[in-house]
Parts: sequence; C-alpha cells; structure tokens
Amino acid sequence: MTDASETRHGPGRILIAVYGIFALSATARAGVQLATQFSEAPIAYLLSAVAAIIYCAATFALAKATIFSRRVATAAIIVELVGVLAIGTFSYAVPDDFPDATVWSHFGQGYGYVPLVLPVLGLLWLRRTR
Amino acid sequence: MFEPLTWVLVALSLAATVFALVLAGLDRRINWWLLGLLGVVEVALLAQLVVGIVELAGTDREVSGPFFIGYLVASLLILPIGALWALAESSRWGAGALAIACIVIPVIEQRLYDLWVV
Repeated sequence: MTDASETRHGPGRILIAVYGIFALSATARAGVQLATQFSEAPIAYLLSAVAAIIYCAATFALAKATIFSRRVATAAIIVELVGVLAIGTFSYAVPDDFPDATVWSHFGQGYGYVPLVLPVLGLLWLRRTR
Repeated sequence: MFEPLTWVLVALSLAATVFALVLAGLDRRINWWLLGLLGVVEVALLAQLVVGIVELAGTDREVSGPFFIGYLVASLLILPIGALWALAESSRWGAGALAIACIVIPVIEQRLYDLWVV
C-alpha cells in the first residue's frame, strides 16, 4: 500500500473512532480538572492535559492520513505509549501524587486498559498501512 | 436524576450498537433507519441535558457540578461526529466505527449515574 490515505479507511476507521472518544473525554476531563481543582493534584492534572493534547494530535493526524500527518501520528502515539507506561508505573509507585485517576493511572485500569492497548494497535496499524 | 430517561437512553443506544454491528457483520453501510434511531437518541440526550441541569440546580446532593455538566454536554457530541465519520466510509468499517460511538452512550450514563448517586 503506497497511498497514505489507507490509514483512515478499513479497520483504521474504528481505531480513529476510539482515538476520537479518548481525545474528547480526555480533553473534557482535563479541562474540568484544571479549571476547578488544579491545586488538589497539579501533577496529575497537568499530565491529564498532556494526555488530552496527545490524544487530540493522534486522532487528527491519523484521520488526516497524509504522508506528513502519519509521521505526526507515529510520534504522538510513541509518546502516548511511553506516557501510559511511565504514568502507570508512577501511579503505583507514588500513589500520593495521583489521588484522582488520570486516564493513564494504573495503566488505564479505569478505562478497561484501553489506554494501554490503543497505542500498540495504533503503531501496528501505522506499520501495516505504510 | 430522572431515572426512566437514563434507562431509555441505555436501551436505545444498546439497540443502536447492535444494529450497527449487524450492518457491519452483513458488510453493509449505515442506513437511514440507523440514523433515525440515532436522531431519537440525540433528542433524548438533549432532554437529559435540560433535565440534568434543572435537577442539579435544585438538588442538595453532593454532585460534582462541572463533571456532571461536562458529561451531559460531551454526550451530545458523540453521535453526530460518529455518524459523519461513518458516512464518509464506504465499507463495513463505517458501521463498526458507529457501533463504537453508540456504546459510549451507556458508559456516559453509568458515569452520570455514579456522579449523581455517590
């Protein structure tokens, strides 16, 4: 497959739908957290905001499906994977900094571990449609 | 919260999910019946937004207002965006993507219920 737009068709349609839902929910959640209770857990809520930005970037880049946007998507999803692994680990190691679940706390346990599986599927899909 | 509306929304959106999955399974695109059903769900979600805001204003429960309103507003965005995303796909995967959007509604209802009751 040489056509970059393949990325947004077929199974990619579902992948991007799931990314879109996480982009929307992470953005809404981070917005509310930062606006109303930032002082309670600044680290966790800033990470929530970072996660929201990454999900939005990955969603739009995958949906645009050009040669350039696929590179953006790959970078965003790699950051996402590193993020969920790092935050997942930290949330077990230093639970005091994470009184409220962020999307990546405990490897996305509160979201059925979808946040852990999603970047893996995303990278596999980008590879498949290369 | 007005619980009967919650149950109506859960039932209708699960029905829409199954409908979309069947279409995907039969290798069909989404059709007007499914879009009509989603229209009904969307109207019910709009009613829920109004009911939710009114009830939130009148309750003495410890409900987190910003999160509650956030879920109510976000719930309105899911189906229209999902439908547009599905319509732009000419294969069965469009219906599959719409099924994903539909299954989010019961999850939102669960979160709203938890925020209200806990």
